[in-house]
Amino acid sequence: MIHAILVFNSHGRPRLARFYQRLPEEAQQQIIRETFQLVLKRDDSICNFLECGSLLGGSDYKLIYRHYATLYFVFCVDSSESELGILDLIQVFVETLDKCFENVCELDLIFHVDKVHYILQEVVMGGMVLETNMNEIVAQIDAQSKLEKSEGGLSAAPARAVSAVKNINLPELPRNINIGDINIKVPSLSPFV
Amino acid sequence: MPAVSKGDGMRGLAVFISDIRNCKSKEAEIKRINKELANIRSKFKGDKALDGYSKKKYVCKLLFIFLLGHDIDFGHMEAVNLLSSNRYTEKQIGYLFISVLVNSNSELIRLINNAIKNDLASRNPIFMGLALHCIANVGSREMAEAFAGEIPKILVAGDTMDSVKQSAALCLLRLYRTSPDLVPMGDWTSRVVHLLNDQHLGVVTAATSLITTLAQKNPEEFKTSVSLAVSRLSRIVTSASTDLQDYTYYFVPAPWLSVKLLRLLQCYPPPEDPAVRGRLTECLETILNKAQEPPKSKKVQHSNAKNAVLFEAISLIIHHDSEPNLLVRACNQLGQFLQHRETNLRYLALESMCTLASSEFSHEAVKTHIETVINALKTERDVSVRQRAVDLLYAMCDRSNAQQIVAEMLNYLETADYSIREEIVLKVAILAEKYAVDYTWYVDTILNLIRIAGDYVSEEVWYRVIQIVINRDDVQGYAAKTVFEALQAPACHENLVKVGGYILGEFGNLIAGDPRSSPLIQFNLLHSKFHLCSVPTRALLLSTYIKFVNLFPEIKTTIQDVLRSDSQLKNADVELQQRAVEYLRLSTIASTDILATVLEEMPPFPERESSILAKLKKKKGPSTVTDLEEIKKERSSDMNGSAEPTPVNASNVSTPSPSADLLGLGAVPLTNSAPAPSSSGSLLVDVFSDSSSVAAPLAPGSEDNFASSSDLASSEVVSEEPADAVHDADELIHKFICKNNGVLFENQLLQIGLKSEFRQNLGRMFIFYGNKTSTQFLNFTPTVICSDELQSSLNLQTKPVDPIVDGGAQVQQVVNIECISDFMDAPILNIQFRYGGTLQNLSVKLPITLNKFFQPTEMSSQDFFQRWKQLSSPKQEVQNIFKAKHPMDTEITKAKIIGFGSALLEEVDPNPANFVGAGIIHTKTIQIGCLLRLEPNLQAQCSVLFQMYRLTLRTSKEAVSQRLCELLSEQF
Repeated sequence: MIHAILVFNSHGRPRLARFYQRLPEEAQQQIIRETFQLVLKRDDSICNFLECGSLLGGSDYKLIYRHYATLYFVFCVDSSESELGILDLIQVFVETLDKCFENVCELDLIFHVDKVHYILQEVVMGGMVLETNMNEIVAQIDAQSKLEKSEGGLSAAPARAVSAVKNINLPELPRNINIGDINIKVPSLSPFV
Repeated sequence: MPAVSKGDGMRGLAVFISDIRNCKSKEAEIKRINKELANIRSKFKGDKALDGYSKKKYVCKLLFIFLLGHDIDFGHMEAVNLLSSNRYTEKQIGYLFISVLVNSNSELIRLINNAIKNDLASRNPIFMGLALHCIANVGSREMAEAFAGEIPKILVAGDTMDSVKQSAALCLLRLYRTSPDLVPMGDWTSRVVHLLNDQHLGVVTAATSLITTLAQKNPEEFKTSVSLAVSRLSRIVTSASTDLQDYTYYFVPAPWLSVKLLRLLQCYPPPEDPAVRGRLTECLETILNKAQEPPKSKKVQHSNAKNAVLFEAISLIIHHDSEPNLLVRACNQLGQFLQHRETNLRYLALESMCTLASSEFSHEAVKTHIETVINALKTERDVSVRQRAVDLLYAMCDRSNAQQIVAEMLNYLETADYSIREEIVLKVAILAEKYAVDYTWYVDTILNLIRIAGDYVSEEVWYRVIQIVINRDDVQGYAAKTVFEALQAPACHENLVKVGGYILGEFGNLIAGDPRSSPLIQFNLLHSKFHLCSVPTRALLLSTYIKFVNLFPEIKTTIQDVLRSDSQLKNADVELQQRAVEYLRLSTIASTDILATVLEEMPPFPERESSILAKLKKKKGPSTVTDLEEIKKERSSDMNGSAEPTPVNASNVSTPSPSADLLGLGAVPLTNSAPAPSSSGSLLVDVFSDSSSVAAPLAPGSEDNFASSSDLASSEVVSEEPADAVHDADELIHKFICKNNGVLFENQLLQIGLKSEFRQNLGRMFIFYGNKTSTQFLNFTPTVICSDELQSSLNLQTKPVDPIVDGGAQVQQVVNIECISDFMDAPILNIQFRYGGTLQNLSVKLPITLNKFFQPTEMSSQDFFQRWKQLSSPKQEVQNIFKAKHPMDTEITKAKIIGFGSALLEEVDPNPANFVGAGIIHTKTIQIGCLLRLEPNLQAQCSVLFQMYRLTLRTSKEAVSQRLCELLSEQF
């Protein structure tokens, strides 16, 4: 079972946190901080699994993570999950984000927390893998968007707001993640990550 | 077109987020957030009814604030209101808020449950999906109560859409995990199994996850899933990579589903049906073959997915542990991965090989990779990988390679990461002890350990080396010489001073003949370290000095001078001062004889489980280590270590010391059954009767550190036995001879309690298994095993228990018992379960003994002696004379005889101090009358050590007399 899914940037700012066990807010933040400390000091060529001790309570829990550009995607799982399987699942999740947001970047995650949650929900449900077929996931999200459109009301004005905001924050704009062809476009990913 | 159009956001939300991002300091950020929180609060509380859009916007803001690490204590009600909206987007955000910010307010839960109920009943697949997601994400008990009955229906209904089925399966799984008792098994289970044949692979994947968990607890109910899973797997494995279209991931057909199916199969033993079994073997071979084929893509995702399936297949092969051919192939495959350029694969290969090392078929094959693993230890850059390499070396170690492995681990220790040093120290200490052919090697290894990593050498390790040196007289001289040499180093670790001080104090005389290590030199050497040491070490050294006074009278005055110095006699530390005063006084007033008795050589330590092993288990969580131990025990008969009876004091072994063989581990009698220490103990009390001190710290064998260490050892043994050694425990059984209820067994993980009742030849026993951890036990399978001999005389029936025991939970098992004829042995209760991913295995004897079928018979004195005479042939009588193990107390003795099952006959024996009893053993075939007589030896009552009993049993059957006499003798 997956016990938590965390996404944070290389400064440790959380961009997505999903816990599948009930934890007080305090503990959640603590876990995010400690996970960040653990993961940050590992360079990209070493392995993507690490034991996290009693961080989330279970002694056999592992952190499985991938590092994309400015973001770390960390899954905390117990021994009932296959390590490589989860590694692939992270890839599927990120590829899906990339398809849904078209060249996803950190800002998309910031301004669309709700959307990111919805996409994640199509992949992982209550800590269990729901769907691994990317086309299926994207189709679900498409259907949602259509519904949303049909309900209308949220017109073009906010779009301008968003793009305006994006430009304001230029210095912080992260490199694009560009998962489409990971091995080529993002050098830091080449060996394995 | 992107699926998420970027322009659909909410303006207010975007502005707020960019405000936050523009904050220059943490304080400014908090200020902005508080302002926003106040704003939202006032909007929620305001008179104006908010429209759905605003509610949605504010809830989104709250989510964002929550993510930044601020507690949100309001907004739940607004979110719940959104649930009943007809607009999809409003409903969706409402559910999201509730899933992320769960609140256990019961009024809210009721409202949420209501909304979910409506959505489930709506027959709108999108709304149903949202509701199911919410249930799965929250997964609370309240939700299980409300929906656990409903979801199976949705899952198996014919008209449910695939995506809803998928969600329903996982939702049910989640509820089953949190509240298994609320999910009723029923007709739906067989239909769920058939979902394995479903067209939609997403449904199959979800169903496989569900079945895997359910099958762990109800293996019988889901047995049919095995053949379905095998055929599904076979279809995937043999399909061309394009057949499965969307579920093909980088040219690998349905990797996640394959992994899940292979996991499901790990819940069961190899299939019995030869056709199914053949098909599965074929699948596994195909997977292994594919690993050798050239990759279809250079992308890392391709090899990743392929290897995920491969590793799972190898896990299944190891789990079945029945096909030597496959096991060896798996081992070779892992061997290739050990040298793979990808760190992840090397990590996983080391991890899998660790379990493979435990299979008898592949242990040798694993050993061939020793050089690679050692190399990994030296060259891997990643500490987690090196850690795995250490684990694997530990697992593959046996007598043939122990010296090499220990040497390499010691080597590594010099540069090892601080975080894993202590564990390596423990492992080295264990291996060195276990596989020591030559104890001088053992002593060298431990001293090296202290030299290299003294700070990480825990007390258990140096206690243990001293225990071993004391118990093995062939190594004592060598040990004394070696520590003496090691202490010559200008800077040595305090732990070395402790070991050195202790060993020289005991065995310094063995090297005193050499002028280079004369008594005075030994003393000066130790004393030169004295001032650099901590208080406990100084205290130990003071004890060494008084031992020297006994061993080497020629340096008595030197030592007395040291003890008399102000720094000792007036030491600020009470313990040191007291020792100095007492030792000085002892050395002055006691005659040499008394000194020799008080300071006699330490008696051998009871041979028990290594306390180090217990420590390692505690450190690692019991899983890994126990497993290794279990394996090693199974695999070899040539082990030494704690399982080897130590030949010290062979003469004492014959002493009938019932507790000596406490756990069937060692054959050295407990020291307290030997008369010597106790008598010297009483002497001590005399010597010091006018002193304020208690004799305890001085008595040999109770050097206070050691007292605690041996206490530790003994308590650990009872609680933490390397699995698989039957807790043999006649000892455990003896507790239950005269009573029917109590705790049978307990360790760190598990407690087993018993409650039983017997009537005539029938009985019923309730066994309670309590999970003491906070983690689930999986595949929990207790089995009651009767030897062939026992089967004919005892009929036991048990029901299987739930294979999952939740953390902190207790499950109960009933054993129905029928005694057919008299019997000797007790049945064995074997328990297997998975805890934290590793298999635990333990066996205890079940206290079902012949005396349980006793019915008391009252009779007069005349009747008794008449029958007594009738049963006078030598074959009918069995007599035993034995030492009392407990103080003689008439009332307790009476209670025990009654508890034993016979009637206690008062005023029957002419001697009022004797006890007589009578009863009938009921079996299905015969009834056996039994008479018993217990005579305490009153003359010898002066000392506990010489209290004796004579027990006589007369029955019509020799074997019964024999068995009852054995059982009852242990009780007094």
